[in-house]
Amino acid sequence: MAKMSGAQMVVEAMREEGVEVVFGYPGGAIMNVYDEIYKHRYFEHILTRHEQAAVHAADGYARATGKVGVAFVTSGPGFTNAVTGLATAYMDSIPIVVISGQVPLSMIGTDAFQEIDAVGISRPCTKHNFLVKSAKELPRILAEAFYLARTGRPGPVHVDIPKDVTAEIAEFDYPKEIKLETYKPTIKGNARQIKKAVEAIAEAKKPVFYLGGGIIHSNSSDLIRELVHATQIPAVETLMARGVLRYDDPLLLGMVGMHGSYAANMAMSEADLLIALGPRFDDRVTGKLSEFAKYAKIIHVDIDPSSIGKLVHVDYPIVGDLKYVLSELVPQAKEKVDPSRYEAWREILKRYEELHPLTYEDSNEVLKPEWVIERVGQKLMGKARISTDVGQHQMWAAQFYPFTRPREFITSGGLGTMGFGFPAAMGVKKGVPEEISVNISGDGSILMNIQELMTAVEYRLPVINIILNNNYLGMVRQWQTFFYDKRYAETDLSMQPDFVKLAESFGGVGYRVKTKEEFDKALDDAISKGVVALIDVVIDRYENVLPMVPAGGSLYNMLLEYKD
Amino acid sequence: MEMRKVISVIVLNEHGVLTRITGLFAARGYNIESLTVAPIPNSKYSRLTIVTNGSPRVIEQIIKQLHKLIPVYKVIEHSELVEKEMVLAKIPLEERLADVEALCRAYNGNIVNIGVDSAIIMAADEPNRIANFINALKRFNPKEIVRSGVVAIER
Repeated sequence: MAKMSGAQMVVEAMREEGVEVVFGYPGGAIMNVYDEIYKHRYFEHILTRHEQAAVHAADGYARATGKVGVAFVTSGPGFTNAVTGLATAYMDSIPIVVISGQVPLSMIGTDAFQEIDAVGISRPCTKHNFLVKSAKELPRILAEAFYLARTGRPGPVHVDIPKDVTAEIAEFDYPKEIKLETYKPTIKGNARQIKKAVEAIAEAKKPVFYLGGGIIHSNSSDLIRELVHATQIPAVETLMARGVLRYDDPLLLGMVGMHGSYAANMAMSEADLLIALGPRFDDRVTGKLSEFAKYAKIIHVDIDPSSIGKLVHVDYPIVGDLKYVLSELVPQAKEKVDPSRYEAWREILKRYEELHPLTYEDSNEVLKPEWVIERVGQKLMGKARISTDVGQHQMWAAQFYPFTRPREFITSGGLGTMGFGFPAAMGVKKGVPEEISVNISGDGSILMNIQELMTAVEYRLPVINIILNNNYLGMVRQWQTFFYDKRYAETDLSMQPDFVKLAESFGGVGYRVKTKEEFDKALDDAISKGVVALIDVVIDRYENVLPMVPAGGSLYNMLLEYKD
Repeated sequence: MEMRKVISVIVLNEHGVLTRITGLFAARGYNIESLTVAPIPNSKYSRLTIVTNGSPRVIEQIIKQLHKLIPVYKVIEHSELVEKEMVLAKIPLEERLADVEALCRAYNGNIVNIGVDSAIIMAADEPNRIANFINALKRFNPKEIVRSGVVAIER
């Protein structure tokens, strides 16, 4: 054991945890820690240009790699800027640790310069948080923070460290193993419940797999693919589960929910058994709850007991880590389930797919956003990670990109944070440098963290930003078209910067494209140059995301087309 | 169908733990009818007794969400329980203290202090009996009434 300052403990703890990269922004209250970073180059530090971006980058890194992402910020405004990042990670159960500076202990509560009740603010948007009261307890708290972030239902953990604690000297005794009396997530599912679930599957006539983000967090996509193929039961994916099955898997009906495919939503509505593996019955998936899957019994596997039965009645609840539950369930299902049993059901769903396939009307006059996404897919399928911002472009990406693997699609689902995509794509690039990192964005979202052009250029993180530019805050504009009688209140974004010059002024490369040929040229050029790029794609101003289930409507009542 | 529920929560006795509990109730729109908290003797834990109400689904969620908080060791959902609540009140000395004392005794209580111009009385009983007691006390013109909230123990 060695004696050292609290600040040194922070960097030593990063070494203990195998942290490769920290995204952050220094300031008064966290300067002692930054001084230690300067002295010991244990990990790379990426200086973002805004604290929100630091947390999103750590989040993107975590989503792409499955490792814990780390961000450092200072007290007061440094921390409050980071809150959106914490909330984004919390809603999607992403393991990150955010360390913030705080004013010295003796000044807490005095409204000191850059003081804010950080743990008071982060409490409802983190899995857990800590205010460190002495350097002595710092090693234990940091070890617990990493442990809590990555175990059980993962999530963000916030550690607030007063400045005098970072200066205080104490023994550094980093715990090798964490045991918390009050925190013991259930890992193995109940064997009897698993058996009953398998029996329910074997007896069902119209079962459907409802695949959620928990599959990605628990790294159980391989087991899911094995289960789906062995049983030949059709499957739908939530936004967070895109990539669990390959896009061309014949059993994949597509995405489910508000902008889900017709076949996926009808499968949910007509099924007699939902096999829910790691989803959380979000309102954007279920629509009107009283009409949701109303003929179905429900099996729900989730590591978080509070997710089960929160919104709908569950007939076969199984609490546990999906990977462990599936390792029990898959062999039993293979033995007991006769795939030919569901042939008529598959036939019905195939008709639904043929009746209303996911499609769009292409044009030679104007670029269609769906075409752009498909084109990106044709060029980069299987060798790029696709991040998005939030809005129409996000839904088009989720619908039309050919996903082949888990952790390929990086998107803010639960919180729906505009400005997430670009910094997240930088974190993705840092985590998976051998692959191309693309951010599909909109002309609204991209401006919400545009300052990160500087970070990306400085650290050579060649993110290709594809802006689907319709001069509108598109998704809100779409709702105004459908539900507000075309009163386009404050959604016209035709006042815009010159994105080409904007990119160039930061040292990146900009393109403005209006045709398919120009788009191909720009994307090829950006890929071959390996630079930070903004491709400003002028698209059809009035294209809508379809199908659409109006908020609060039933899944089976989809708007399939809109004619002016 | 609303129901009343008494829940005991055993929590690590650490900084900010009460805020985590009350914050959870506030954020998710759950009701707190009463809440008492005190350390458990010779341990690092405290015990909270929360009286709440809601539909069975809401009660189930409350219990699960409480479990999910990291410093929560145990959540006890009482069915067979003994509940007690204490009440303190100030009665003017002009009132007939013999009658006051008789009333207190009927509710496991007594006169506990006599000051310059008022007597302080206490009673400890089941919550619904405490409500009756307070009602009966009215004719003695109480100057102040302080209720403790419910404590409960499983039978």
